[in-house]
Amino acid sequence: MGGKQDSANATAKSESMATKANPDLLNSFSFKSLKLKTKQQELLIRVSILGLVYVLAFIARLFSVLRYESMIHEFDPYFNYRTTLFLTEKGFYEFWNWFDSESWYPLGRIIGGTLYPGLMVTAALIYWTLRFLRFFVHIREVCVLTAPFFASNTTLVAYFFGKEIWDTGAGLVAAALIAICPGYISRSVAGSYDNEAVAIFALLLTFYLFVKAVNTGSLAWALGSAFGYFYMVSAWGGYVFIINLIPLYVLVLLITGRYSMRLYIAYNCMYILGMLLAMQIRFVGFQHVQSGEHMGAMGVFLLMQVFYFLDWVKYQLNDTKLFQTFLKITVTSAVLVGSIALGVGTASGYISPWTGRFYSLLDPTYAKDHIPIIASVSEHQPTAWSSFMFDYHILLFLFPAGLYFCFKRLSDATIFIVMYGLTSLYFAGVMVRLILVATPAVCLISAIAVSATVKNLTSLLRTKQKVPLAGSTKGAGSSKASSKVSLDQSQPFQKNGAIALLLGVFYLLSRYAIHCTWVTSEAYSSPSIVLAARGAHGNRIIFDDYREAYYWLRQNTPTDAKIMSWWDYGYQITAMGNRTVIVDNNTWNNTHIATVGRAMSSYEDEAYDIMRSLDVNYVLVVFGGVTGYSSDDINKFLWMVRIGGGVFPVIKEPDYLVNGEFRVDKGASPKMLNCLMYKLCYYRFGELVTEYGKPSGYDRARGVEIGNKDIKLEHLEEAYTTSNWIVRIYRVKPPTNRL
Amino acid sequence: MKQSSVVDLLLLLLAIAVLASPAFSDLVLSKVERRIDVTSQIARVTKTLKVVNSGSESVSEFTLTFPKFLGNNLAYLSVAHSEGKGKSKRNLVNLSVEATNPKGIPDSISVYSVALPKALNKGDTLTLEVVAAFTNVLQPFPEKISQGDIHLVMLQESAQYLSPYAVESQSLSIKLPNARIESYTNLDNTKLQGSEIKYGPYKNLPQYSYSPIVVHFESKAAFAVAEKLVREIEVSHWGNVQVTEHYNIVHRGAQLKGEFSRLDFQGRPPSGVSAFRHLLARLPPRAHSIYYRDDIGNISTSQMQSDSKKTELLIEPRFPLFGGWRTFFTIGYGLPLSDFLFASEGKRFLNISFGSPMIDLVTEKLIVQVVLPEGSKDISVTTPFAVKQSQEIKYSHLDIVGRPVVVLEKNNVVPDHNQHIQVYYKFSNINLLSEPLMLISGFFVLFITCIIYTRSDFSISKSSATYLAKLQWDEVLATLQEVQNIIQKCLALHDKLEASLRDLSRTGDFQTCKAARKSTDSLLKDLSKELKPLMAFLQTSPSASQISPKVEELIAKEKELQEKLMAKHTTVVEGYEKKSSGRDIENRIASQQQKITALRQEIEDLLEFIDEI
Repeated sequence: MGGKQDSANATAKSESMATKANPDLLNSFSFKSLKLKTKQQELLIRVSILGLVYVLAFIARLFSVLRYESMIHEFDPYFNYRTTLFLTEKGFYEFWNWFDSESWYPLGRIIGGTLYPGLMVTAALIYWTLRFLRFFVHIREVCVLTAPFFASNTTLVAYFFGKEIWDTGAGLVAAALIAICPGYISRSVAGSYDNEAVAIFALLLTFYLFVKAVNTGSLAWALGSAFGYFYMVSAWGGYVFIINLIPLYVLVLLITGRYSMRLYIAYNCMYILGMLLAMQIRFVGFQHVQSGEHMGAMGVFLLMQVFYFLDWVKYQLNDTKLFQTFLKITVTSAVLVGSIALGVGTASGYISPWTGRFYSLLDPTYAKDHIPIIASVSEHQPTAWSSFMFDYHILLFLFPAGLYFCFKRLSDATIFIVMYGLTSLYFAGVMVRLILVATPAVCLISAIAVSATVKNLTSLLRTKQKVPLAGSTKGAGSSKASSKVSLDQSQPFQKNGAIALLLGVFYLLSRYAIHCTWVTSEAYSSPSIVLAARGAHGNRIIFDDYREAYYWLRQNTPTDAKIMSWWDYGYQITAMGNRTVIVDNNTWNNTHIATVGRAMSSYEDEAYDIMRSLDVNYVLVVFGGVTGYSSDDINKFLWMVRIGGGVFPVIKEPDYLVNGEFRVDKGASPKMLNCLMYKLCYYRFGELVTEYGKPSGYDRARGVEIGNKDIKLEHLEEAYTTSNWIVRIYRVKPPTNRL
Repeated sequence: MKQSSVVDLLLLLLAIAVLASPAFSDLVLSKVERRIDVTSQIARVTKTLKVVNSGSESVSEFTLTFPKFLGNNLAYLSVAHSEGKGKSKRNLVNLSVEATNPKGIPDSISVYSVALPKALNKGDTLTLEVVAAFTNVLQPFPEKISQGDIHLVMLQESAQYLSPYAVESQSLSIKLPNARIESYTNLDNTKLQGSEIKYGPYKNLPQYSYSPIVVHFESKAAFAVAEKLVREIEVSHWGNVQVTEHYNIVHRGAQLKGEFSRLDFQGRPPSGVSAFRHLLARLPPRAHSIYYRDDIGNISTSQMQSDSKKTELLIEPRFPLFGGWRTFFTIGYGLPLSDFLFASEGKRFLNISFGSPMIDLVTEKLIVQVVLPEGSKDISVTTPFAVKQSQEIKYSHLDIVGRPVVVLEKNNVVPDHNQHIQVYYKFSNINLLSEPLMLISGFFVLFITCIIYTRSDFSISKSSATYLAKLQWDEVLATLQEVQNIIQKCLALHDKLEASLRDLSRTGDFQTCKAARKSTDSLLKDLSKELKPLMAFLQTSPSASQISPKVEELIAKEKELQEKLMAKHTTVVEGYEKKSSGRDIENRIASQQQKITALRQEIEDLLEFIDEI
């Protein structure tokens, strides 16, 4: 809680400032400026706390720059960076119409129609604005710092949201909690230039504006919420969560009898405008009216109209009996018409069924059986308890407490945050990466718990002091928190108890701050391009093999060379190596990926035919046997087999296993020992001694001596291997002349 | 490549055969010593020529000739003449050299004419020191090698000095790197001493004598060539010269064929001797903020050593460079302004090295961009050799009109070109302040807009209900504030009364105490008069309907408190007048005192309540 402690100092300072500044203000602004003296002081404290939280959120995310460098992280951000570069260089229309021939060779990719442009446009706008203001920064720096910048903005939104659902205190605590929550930092450190970086901001903004619209019934807020939704749609596929959660929320309000004109205005305006705006994004297109995932929103929209109509009829008809029958008829016919329309739409193919990704969200076991490519990604795995603890720390305990407070003071706004929290927490349990979506809700609800507890405890302390002064309990009872006070009057140690509890709360919060800082600096700041390890003497060793290999490709291969690798490295090769790849991280064509998987798991001469047919010039594999780097291609190999086998039944998983076990040593299956991936990874590895006291060819990542030490390549030759052997690149030889 | 040089050679021989007539003056070279140093990739030739005028006319021009295939690769040529005699002849004076193309000389010979410092009369002698550096004359042979092979290169030269003048005595020594020598042309009078091959001395050779020799030897030197080098030197009058250098490096030695094996490369003994892993840059002393990166990020393999004379930066490209491999990187460093910027005759001038700080690097195309501060005028450049000049504008942080950039371009640059250039310009120190002022005014405008925004009323409809309610509410709040102020004042007066009582108990002076009561009383009355209209407003205002009872209560309580206090005051004063005992008075006011404390507490609670609205 760095922000909290700092703010205490700021409080003292700002008070003295305010008292000093007041006489001057009095002279210039006469009486009017003096009228809200205490309010202004409070405002000043609030603004300075918020300012500090804003700065804190930004600088906590700069650990990655300090510990590594100002660079783009991981996989997808490299694609985003590449497209942003294109956008700033060529302009928006070129970007919108960009056909990228450097990926998915020979198919290519229509970039403008297959991406969410929000992030790139945001970064480009920031870049252009800075240039307009005469700050000539490099676009890379803008991209690196976009995520921290939007995280800071998110804290502001969290403050306003907390203020809307509870009070300003809760808002401030929420801002401070979300500023350093590891669940959010993991996706928004400097360099993590991914859609989520701006999407969480957009998500929370949309929710905040919608709740505000529901609370006020104002068209302006509903309009704002529609625009927030538009931004979210332009930024991330996770907008589907919004378009399903809000109707669900509306439905719950309808069922619990909280239907009001405010809700009607808010939802209708948000839905209609949001839908129309979302259609402007090419990747989304007409999905709002054609896809099964969006039908819920439309159904609720129609239901709202029925509700409104019924309300009107009820107002017109004074006869309750007549109204009851009317109600029955209307509801039955509405449901009937709706289901018929849905049935016809689905049957005729106008309305597409739910996608696999949607199913896999609802049912955690779906992807494993049906879509191996989704299941193969580590961030799509179900979440372990430890990662919940790691990402939320004390919030995990504060969350139920916050829920209690929310139920105690139920309102439209708290119902929303409770629903948001519970649904998103379910999704966070299904997929690791969705912890991110749940984080704002968890922070907000926990903030309510913290704020309400601290407020109760402090009010206890404050009233307690006055009790002996007043002499009679009645005088004190008239002030706030009367029920608490009168209850606690009977308890003798209440003051000490309150102090102890307060100290406990601050201890917990400070543990949280320490945990968050530690997690940020140790776990979430690694760019995963550059690997760092501790040497024998405690010194830091940097493995920069990825960039070594990509830069070698960029400088020393023909510009039209085609590189084949597993799809994980596609974006990085195109962005850093500037070469054409066969498959990349935009896994839109399963067959193409399966072809690569098939090539990797076939014998060399079969693979050669596949590679010839794909015009492959170089093959790149990632190999951790020398350094002990475990997320290499051998460990991913079974997924290649599964995905390849899913399309080409010649590839059978059992061929690569021995008694259901995946091995690379002498006991491995013959198919495994002679497939292309094995050969490329272990080529001449058998001659290398990796560890003292171990035989040559000892694989440190898997801790075994490899089974095939005498690997001869017929159609490929080693073109480059990086200094720690992590990346190995092979040249595909041209076919020998036929006699 | 090789074939073409053979053709060149044939042409040259033909041309020499044709050249029979003594076209040039009667100069005679009495002694020629040539030393060729090929330990690096640059062939550096130094010659000592002793010139004698044997004719009758005085001569003021001297002609240097090279075979065309060498002349085309000539990167650097300087001719100096040594003054003085004997031991003290190290005093060299550079002479001006220019390329000419006189008639009668075949195309296969490059000709340079040197202007002599003074005309050479009959019988006079003069000693010239010629330094020439050639690039690309060490031909890799074979042109493609595999990783395990050694790197062999070939040098073609003439054992005899090609000159338009007759030579009386000459010798040639070729200094090879201390390594294997594959073969060399064996003429008479050829000696191999260690790593040095000596040809000659040869006596009394006619004009244009030529005898080709070929030396084939191993070179371990790094054949690092910068195809293009852009050096940007940015002057900031805040105390820094920022140098940024973008290198496109290629290994111009024999190309790698076949596999690159990391295993062999890391093995013992390591194979791949033809590759180079490091480049050494010798930066000026006090260089700071050094960085080394490329298109995709920082490169963490570099080492720096610095002392008072120089800063040495050993950089390692991301991968070892084999023949034909290339890489691109950027290094940047800051230099203290005071070491490089000087003033003369009302102008400032930047005195900085022209070429790359890399050791033994050949630059095919060097572009030096000197970025001067915004507002610099009257820019001129002096260079020790000819360069192509142009001017540009560059926009950097907070620039309005842009910074003038002097662009200097030169092809085929060798380390011998690392001489200082001077860029003269005029710059007024007031311009220094423009950027801070811009920043200050920017923030000023920002704050002003914030102030204006918070102080102004932006509502569109001034007659809407909510807007009116808001206005009314503001007024209510203002009134409440006033009420609070007045109550606070009253409470302060109450405190004064109490204080006067305390004084009384100390001094016993009840007259002053009475006076104090009177004055306080009148003041309190005034205050309660002031309260009346405020209260009336609160009661009428609809939005204050919930607050006004509380306020009323507050005022009533305050009034009560006043009365009680007055009563207590009177009692105490009377007690003192009657000289009753302290205990007696205390007993009498005890009940009053309790009520007063209770009332005071209630008032404070009420005030707090109002404060929180």
